[in-house]
Amino acid sequence: MQPENHSDSSVHNQPHHELGFWRKYIFSTDHKIIGLQYGVTALLFMFFGFCLMLMMRWQLAYPGKALPVVGNLLYHVLGADMVGKDAAGNWGVIMPDLYNSFGAMHGTIMVFLAIVPLAFGAFGNFVTPLQIGAPDMTFPRVNMVSYQFYFMGGVIMFASFFIPGGAAQSGWTSYSPLATVTAGSQHPNGQTFWIMGMVCLINSSLLGAVNFITTIIQLRAKGLTWMRLPFFVWAQFVTAFLLLLAFPPLEAASVLQLADNLLHTSFFLPTGLMVAGQALHVSGGGSPLLWQHLFWFLGHPEVYVLILPAMGIVTEIIANNTRKPIWGYRSMVYSVLVIGFLSFIVWAHHMYLTGMGTRIATFFQTTTMMISIPSVIILTALFISLWGASIRINTPMLFALGFLPMFGIGGLTGLPLGFNASDIQLHDTYYVIAHFHYIVAPGTIFALFGGIYFWYPKMTGRFMNEFWGKAHFALSFIFMNLIFMPMFVQGLEGMSRRMYDGGATYAESGGVVGLSKYIVGLNVPISHAAFALGLVQIPFIINFFYSIKRGRLTHSDNPWGATTLDWQTPTPPPHGNFDKPMEVFRGPYEYSVPGHARDFTPQNEPEGQEPSIHGNPVRS
Amino acid sequence: MEIPYAVKPRPDTGLYNAKLGIWLFLASEVMLFGALFSSYILLRVNAEEGTWPHHWLNIWLGMTNTFVLIISSVTVVLGWASLKMGKFNRYKFYQGITLLCALVFLGIKSFEYHDKFMHYEIHLKDGRIADGHIQPGTTDKTVVLDGRYVASHADLMEGEVHHEKEPEISIPRDQIVSMENYGPWHNTYTAIYFTLTGLHALHVIGGAIVIFAIWGPLAKVWEQDPERYTNRVEVSGLFWHFVDLVWIFLFPVLYLL
Amino acid sequence: MDTTHSPAAAAGAVSEHAVEEARKHIRTYLIVGFALLCGTIMTVWASLINFHSREINIAVALTIACTKGFLVAGFFMHLISERKMIYAVLSVTVFFFVALMYLTLFSMADGSIIHIR
Repeated sequence: MQPENHSDSSVHNQPHHELGFWRKYIFSTDHKIIGLQYGVTALLFMFFGFCLMLMMRWQLAYPGKALPVVGNLLYHVLGADMVGKDAAGNWGVIMPDLYNSFGAMHGTIMVFLAIVPLAFGAFGNFVTPLQIGAPDMTFPRVNMVSYQFYFMGGVIMFASFFIPGGAAQSGWTSYSPLATVTAGSQHPNGQTFWIMGMVCLINSSLLGAVNFITTIIQLRAKGLTWMRLPFFVWAQFVTAFLLLLAFPPLEAASVLQLADNLLHTSFFLPTGLMVAGQALHVSGGGSPLLWQHLFWFLGHPEVYVLILPAMGIVTEIIANNTRKPIWGYRSMVYSVLVIGFLSFIVWAHHMYLTGMGTRIATFFQTTTMMISIPSVIILTALFISLWGASIRINTPMLFALGFLPMFGIGGLTGLPLGFNASDIQLHDTYYVIAHFHYIVAPGTIFALFGGIYFWYPKMTGRFMNEFWGKAHFALSFIFMNLIFMPMFVQGLEGMSRRMYDGGATYAESGGVVGLSKYIVGLNVPISHAAFALGLVQIPFIINFFYSIKRGRLTHSDNPWGATTLDWQTPTPPPHGNFDKPMEVFRGPYEYSVPGHARDFTPQNEPEGQEPSIHGNPVRS
Repeated sequence: MEIPYAVKPRPDTGLYNAKLGIWLFLASEVMLFGALFSSYILLRVNAEEGTWPHHWLNIWLGMTNTFVLIISSVTVVLGWASLKMGKFNRYKFYQGITLLCALVFLGIKSFEYHDKFMHYEIHLKDGRIADGHIQPGTTDKTVVLDGRYVASHADLMEGEVHHEKEPEISIPRDQIVSMENYGPWHNTYTAIYFTLTGLHALHVIGGAIVIFAIWGPLAKVWEQDPERYTNRVEVSGLFWHFVDLVWIFLFPVLYLL
Repeated sequence: MDTTHSPAAAAGAVSEHAVEEARKHIRTYLIVGFALLCGTIMTVWASLINFHSREINIAVALTIACTKGFLVAGFFMHLISERKMIYAVLSVTVFFFVALMYLTLFSMADGSIIHIR
């Protein structure tokens, strides 16, 4: 260290003390390594959450039949309470409690351990400092700790499957009193683990949010004004605010539920509660609705945390592959700020059926309708950006293009849910499941896949295989639609969520009105499509690892011809990212500027210094 | 590699990184305690008439603790001002008082918690309720309390501001239907009381540890980089003021209203 | 303000102006501290007065508490002279806190003391 030096904006060519393996890869404070750590961990959890879903889908299509291949293993690991025998005598039938565990944990894992860590923790960490021309985050050690909290939370959640009673089974929403009285109240149980896991994950997000906001405000390069920021950075900025201010009430609620579970308090337990015919020995006086309000105060901003980084990624990919500036950049920025603000005051649209008065329900319905406007503005701006463009079709662009109509469907199907009256029919049905999966699966996850194919060359200097990438896109697109589109139909007919037998108990039979055979029968093709979707990810996984060493070389630090600062670095970017302080001279999407020989101008290229061949004028 | 604006403020924002960082963190803490205060209000508003207790906490102890934290807030900011003037030893003195105040606060709080755990409500077979603090004379045959008998649970809701010494009463254990102390499980008031003050106390402990670390083991940073050191003291001081601020609301809400 | 590295220089190199500034601030801190202590006594005293109305007790207690809060935030935490950036973050936070409290309260207010007109 050179303590004499107080010039805060210079970066030195210091002799690098070589860090050992542990400091460099495990206990790293470098945002790129931390981003990769988040990414790898998140993808592993996404795989695990996906497997939970596959097992559930087997049960829904073939209730009462033992799971093939893993059924026996499941029995041996989890025991006869959780896993039953089928008519043919094979072990491996998922019992109702286990199904509920899988359902609760599928949701929890996908939202908190997979998507947010991938979209915010991985992409946010890796790309944001690069895109603003910063050497790292403002608080690198806090960054490391935030990953460690996430990892700990993940371990706790994973471990909860293997304790007596199994994992939490009261939905990812953990409504009280069920979350307190379930599993015979033998504590600590899976719900306790869930709560402690959530506390770790919330702390991870809070620390991350502080880091992101401070970094974006304080470490923007010279000349990088707010309106010259890539939209990706704006999206991450608003996402960080959502995490910062919306998570703490859930942390408070988690502490209260923990107290209910372990200390026999009655924060959420009403007076006179009976469980299995016996009065519960607690003081009573609590309110189950209080949990719902505190949960959804986080829950709603959380879903915008799931979508905003994806919109950011899609915008970067579209700008780059249309060779045009984004249409309506300014409107998109104002829209994302309005979405962030409004997302805090819509939450009770998840609670329309709790008996709120009409006045307050109208308030939430109004704000919910209002928030659809900026979302539509963003989507429209992205669509219009395609108009008159020289569209380059490559794998990232396919995923970005696929995102647009899929998010459109997801968003539009939110409207009947946002209206109080129509929600009476649709609340807690498969319509809701279809709505939010359209947004997160062919929506966010497509954006994340696109982002992986897009930034892979910056991390590795190689492209992922283009043929398999396109195949991955096409097949995933088809199967995702085959899974979720029929669910709208099921939901409209009234098929409830969270039924372990796929609605068989409520099916019509012998003149008794119920779910039609057709509707219940849809479970089978849906499940088949889910299995197929799983198979189709295998080429992607192989492609990802194979291309690290054998992918086609890019022969360039900026193979996509991008304008943003993340592409104006060596490949992969070294510790400290830039060898000289960056200075920005123009906006983020200066593509096809008339009068220029090249169809893109990097943000940091000084005026009148266009290079003759592809090359980076800042690189010495 | 040096992170810009770690010590010197960035011109257009006027802030150094850690100051912005701590304010953002404090914003999240406002939401955390805000959610708990909202829960308190909701639970109280929705409670049945006559089931929410008053004056179950010792006002004088609470007031003392309020004084203690206010004094510690003053010494924290005087300590920082001393550093700004270059007076390191004076800073050491003031910050030492801050840490002492933290210990006093936690001591009084522990005493209050202990008092609650020693306070029992005993339902007897003849329908009476005995209520008081458990005394050393208790055996496995008899429970000895410093307390009184009341006819119904509702009579226990109004505590007294000035606690007179109560007589000793002996209760044979075979007369007891149920016996519960005034822990968090007792009713929603004690539940939210322990949760709010417990979380607050954790923040006091955390803040005190950080202030101590900067004051003690990390004091050598003052020699190497006084401005960086002063910033650290300022940032930990902001956290401490927040902790005081929360108590300023906790005290009237839980002890007085 | 001038800062160098050796502590002796730090002590001596602080300008007279800075010391005078700091002295004024110290006086402010002590006055505010005294005001806070008085406010505490006032809160306790007010709570022991019987206003014959729970609402008035609550209003008085919260008013004094808010005043004390503003003193701590404004002077001890230097909010009064702080930058716009911090104000913006805090205003947004306070808005959401109020929204959480009020919207939840209104949603659950049936048969309670809160009357929605």
